[in-house]
Amino acid sequence: MYIVVIGGGKVGYYLAKALLEERHEVLLIERDRRRAKQIANDLGEGVVLRGDGAEAATLEAAGVSRADVVCAVTGEDEDNLVVSQVAKRHFSVKRTIARINNPRNEDIFIKLGIDVTVSATQFIISLIEQEIPTTPFVNLLTLRSIGMEIVDLFMADDCPWVGRRIADLGLPPDTVLSLLIHDGVRSFPTKDTVLALGDRLIGLTSLDSETRLHEMLQPL
Amino acid sequence: MHVVILGCGRVGARLAGMLDAERHSVSVIDVNLESFDRLPAKFGGQAVLGEGIDYDVLRQAGIESADAFLALSDNDNSNIMASQIAQRVFRVKRVIVRIYDPERNESFRELGLETMCPTRVGVERIEALLNVG
Repeated sequence: MYIVVIGGGKVGYYLAKALLEERHEVLLIERDRRRAKQIANDLGEGVVLRGDGAEAATLEAAGVSRADVVCAVTGEDEDNLVVSQVAKRHFSVKRTIARINNPRNEDIFIKLGIDVTVSATQFIISLIEQEIPTTPFVNLLTLRSIGMEIVDLFMADDCPWVGRRIADLGLPPDTVLSLLIHDGVRSFPTKDTVLALGDRLIGLTSLDSETRLHEMLQPL
Repeated sequence: MHVVILGCGRVGARLAGMLDAERHSVSVIDVNLESFDRLPAKFGGQAVLGEGIDYDVLRQAGIESADAFLALSDNDNSNIMASQIAQRVFRVKRVIVRIYDPERNESFRELGLETMCPTRVGVERIEALLNVG
């Protein structure tokens, strides 16, 4: 694959390096002359283009129209947004991935048609939530392109699901509870499975049903 | 009219002063406290310290009731992002953006932003002056 990475900071550098090791064709665009030279010394002259990724002329020189993916991973959300928009609009790039530093910016990126957004901050927040074992609802992973998310549900003592059969819960139709961890033992629950205090469930639900699921888990 | 201006530079500050003198309601956003020194002494509007792409800052500046949003910071990308937030999230009717880079100016004009490109305007004016002389 041909991948163009914009931003030669730590994320961009290690991303380019890892992609090169996997034998992809990579071009890294970096604005700062010295940093560009440094990266060129490490990864090779042909890998780096010195220029501003938000300028159409630079993206043109980078042959972005034939890129399979464009990754905007600078340290500034506004730069990543503009780069992704120009790449998508002007050059019809198939897939744009943008790094978001401030999780609150995810909304505007999605509204403006950026394919994938990655917020390290949000991801770490999720991981921290997972560390709090009694959090009733944790989003493990969002699969935005299919509108689904994988969730981790914990049956605390005030959870209305405790003592009830899965079939009787009234789950939305696009929600499935796939894995049950009861007393440290894993199993695949059925509709007749009765949930107990301390159980953990891994399930799939649609982004649209997330709120409903949240509500259903609230103490009565 | 309630106008929210992002950027209290020379242009932003002058416009803020003018609009305020015309009895409009004006809020100016800037990341630097010193920038607000450019506002006229009698400025009756609001100064908000913060980033124009921050929803809380925009709300504090009254974007939810704004009739116009002017993106005049010195950074093209910040202006572009802030204006799209104003347009798409807060549905401000008139959004005007200053974009220095002529190519980005074209791209984002095509995307539906009202843009002003000082580079293009400058080139046209100076060329006109040369021709006259």
